[in-house]
Amino acid sequence: MTTAQRTDDTRGGGPTAEPLLSVRDLRVAFQRKGEPETVAVDGVSFDVAPGQVVGLVGESGCGKSVTSMAIMRLLPERGVRVSGSVMMDGTDLLTLSDTQMRERRGRDMSMVFQDPLTSLNPVIPVGLQVTEVLRRHRGMNSDAARKAAVELLDRVGIPDPRRRLDSYPHQMSGGMRQRALIAIALACSPRLLIADEPTTALDVTIQAQILELLRELVRETGAALVMITHDLGVVAGLCETVNVLYAGRIVERAQRHRLFGTPRHPYTHGLLRSIPRMDSPQGEELPAIRGSVVDNVPWDHACAFAPRCPRSLDVCVEVTPAGETSGGRLLRCHNPVPASAE
Amino acid sequence: MAETSNASASEAQAPDAAAPLLDVRDLAVHFPIKRGVLLDRTVGHVYAVDGVSLQVRRGETYGLVGESGCGKSTLGRAILRLVDPTAGTVEFDGVDVAQLAGERLRTMRRRFQMVFQDPMSSLDPRQSVESLLREGIQAHGLSRGAEGDGARLRELVDSVGLPVAALRRYPHEFSGGQRQRIGIARALSVEPDLIVADEPVSALDVSVQAQVLNLLGRLQAELGLTYLVIAHDLAVVRHVSDRVGVMYLGGLVEEAPSQALYATRSTRTRRRCCRPSRCRTLIWRTAGSGSCSPATCRPRRHRRRGAVSTPAARGGSRRAATPNVPSCGWCRAHPTATGWPATGPRRSAAARCSHTGWSRRWRPMTCSGPALCPSTPVR
Repeated sequence: MTTAQRTDDTRGGGPTAEPLLSVRDLRVAFQRKGEPETVAVDGVSFDVAPGQVVGLVGESGCGKSVTSMAIMRLLPERGVRVSGSVMMDGTDLLTLSDTQMRERRGRDMSMVFQDPLTSLNPVIPVGLQVTEVLRRHRGMNSDAARKAAVELLDRVGIPDPRRRLDSYPHQMSGGMRQRALIAIALACSPRLLIADEPTTALDVTIQAQILELLRELVRETGAALVMITHDLGVVAGLCETVNVLYAGRIVERAQRHRLFGTPRHPYTHGLLRSIPRMDSPQGEELPAIRGSVVDNVPWDHACAFAPRCPRSLDVCVEVTPAGETSGGRLLRCHNPVPASAE
Repeated sequence: MAETSNASASEAQAPDAAAPLLDVRDLAVHFPIKRGVLLDRTVGHVYAVDGVSLQVRRGETYGLVGESGCGKSTLGRAILRLVDPTAGTVEFDGVDVAQLAGERLRTMRRRFQMVFQDPMSSLDPRQSVESLLREGIQAHGLSRGAEGDGARLRELVDSVGLPVAALRRYPHEFSGGQRQRIGIARALSVEPDLIVADEPVSALDVSVQAQVLNLLGRLQAELGLTYLVIAHDLAVVRHVSDRVGVMYLGGLVEEAPSQALYATRSTRTRRRCCRPSRCRTLIWRTAGSGSCSPATCRPRRHRRRGAVSTPAARGGSRRAATPNVPSCGWCRAHPTATGWPATGPRRSAAARCSHTGWSRRWRPMTCSGPALCPSTPVR
C-alpha cells in the first residue's frame, strides 16, 4: 500500500484558506447535584474552511453530538458548563446573547438532526416548517416563502413538492423526511451546515442518496459541512478531514486517505479492523476492540483508551498523552501503530 | 459451507442430516388495510411477504437481506409464528408450524427463538436479568431445581461473556452491546435449535458490533445452532452467512451461497473498499441483476430514484390479476424469474412494466430489477 504524501495538508500547519469556523479548546461539562461533573467534551479544537467537509467520528458517548450542540448553542444553560471558544466571522459564538444567536441559527449556520421524525413537528405540515425559516430570517411574505419552499423541496429531491408542502411528517417516508429537514437547514443558504448522524436512521440506499445530496450541496453552495457520525463508511465517502473522537478528545486527525490507509491510533486502527468487509475472509473471527465505552478512565493522568487498548504500555496509565501534530496528522498516543503496519 | 450435522439439543427426533431444519414453502403474509369509522372495511392488503420459499439446513447460517419495508422482518416473524401467515407452510423439523395452535405451538416455540434488533425495547425493564432468563426455563419445564437452575443461569451469562453479577442487575444498567448479549442469553436459555436474529447488530456501535458477531459465531460452533440472520448490512450478512437470500417487495429475488453472491462483485469491491458505505450500496443496486458494468453503477446516478416502493401501494392493482402472476408482459412470460437473467431485456422489461400505467416507484415484484437496476435511465 502506498502512502502517497499529500501536499495539501492545510490542517496541521498554517491553514491556507481562512477558516469559517474555528473551535478552540471546547470543553463541555455536565454538573449534577452531589455528583462529580461529567466532562463530555474535553478540549476539542478544529477548523472548518468554506467548502470543506470535516468529519467527527466516534462511538456513542464520545461527545460528538455534544460538540455540535455546543457549537450551535443548543445545550441547556443549567447544569452545563461550556468553555473555550467557537469563532465564526471573528465573533465568539459562545459569548453571544440568546437573541443574537437566534439571528444566526438557521441563517448563517444550521443543523440537520439524526432523526427527522422527532425533529420535525408532527402536528404542522412540512411546508409550514420550511416557510417558517424563510419568513423569519428573510422576511418573505407567505406567497414568496411558499414558492421558495417548493424550489427547496425540489432541490433536495422530493418528488411533487407542491403537494408535499401540505403533507405532515408522518405521511412521508424516512428518506423524504430527512430531505425535508435538509431543505429546512438549507433554506437561508447557511455558510455552515452541521449534520449530526443524518443517515443513521435510513436505509443503505437512501443513505447513499442523502450523502450524494449533501456532497452536491456543498459543491454548489460552497458551504462548510461538519459531518458527525459513527459510521466510518459515511466518513470515507464524504469527508476530507476526519477527526476521531474518543471520550471527549480528538485522538487522531488526518486527511481521509491517510487516516483510512494508515490509521495510527490504536482506536482508529481497531475500529477499521472490526468492520466486516466485503473482501475480508468469510466467517473468520473479527478483530474486535475489547470492552466498551464504559471502561474509560478519565483523561486526567492517563490515556482514556488505555483499558481497551491492545498496545497499552505502563506509561499509558500514568501520563496523559499530548496531541502531537506531524505531517498534517494529529495523534494523541504514547504507542501508536507503526505507519507500515497496515 | 458449514454443513455440520450437529445433533440437535432436543429430544430424539432422529434428525435426518439431509433434511432441512426449516422448510418454508410459498409463505405469504398479507395485512389488511382497514378504513372506516364504525364499520371497518378492508380496502386493500399490504403484501408484506408473498410466496417466499426457502430452506435452512441444520447448523447453517442463512442470511436474509433487503431494504427496510421489503418484508424480511415479517418473514422472520411469520416463521416463528409471531405473526400468522396468510398462506403457505413452515415446516420446522418435519412439523408444519403454520398449522400448530395452542399447547402444541407453545411447546414447539422452545425450539425456535428470536433475537430482536433493539434490546432495550425487547427486554422487560422491570425484570432483573435473572428473572428474564428464568422465565423461559420455567415456562418450558426445563427447571432442574434451585441449584441446577442457578448453575444453568451462571453458565448462560458466562457463555455470552457477561459477569455473573449481571444476573442481579436490570436491563437499563447495561450498555447496548451488553443488552444484546442478554437478549442472546434469553434466546439460548431454552436450548433452541433455530435462532432468528432480526438485525442483531444494527443498533450497536461499530466496535461492539464485531464483539456480538463473534459471539454469535462462537455459540453456533459450540452449540450447533442454526441461524436465520436478518440484516440490511450486506457486509455483516456476508461475514456470518453460508447462504444469502435477497428480498425485495415481499419476494425472494435471489438466493445463493454467500461466496457466489458476492464473488461477481469482488474486483469492484476491492477497488472501493475505502468506501464501505458506497460499495455496500453498489452491491445493493446490483444484487438482483448479476451482470452490470461498473460504468453504469455509479451511485450518483441513483439520486432521485426514490425510496423502496411500498408493498401496499403496488398491491391493489397488481393483485387484481391472479396471485403470483404479475400482469406485466415480461413478468408473465417469466413467472418464476428470480433476479435477472444474465442476458435479456432488462431495459425493455422496465419499459413494458411502465406501460401498465403504474408510476415508476410502484413496480410489481418480479420487476424489482428495473427499480434497482443501474441501467434504467434516471427520469
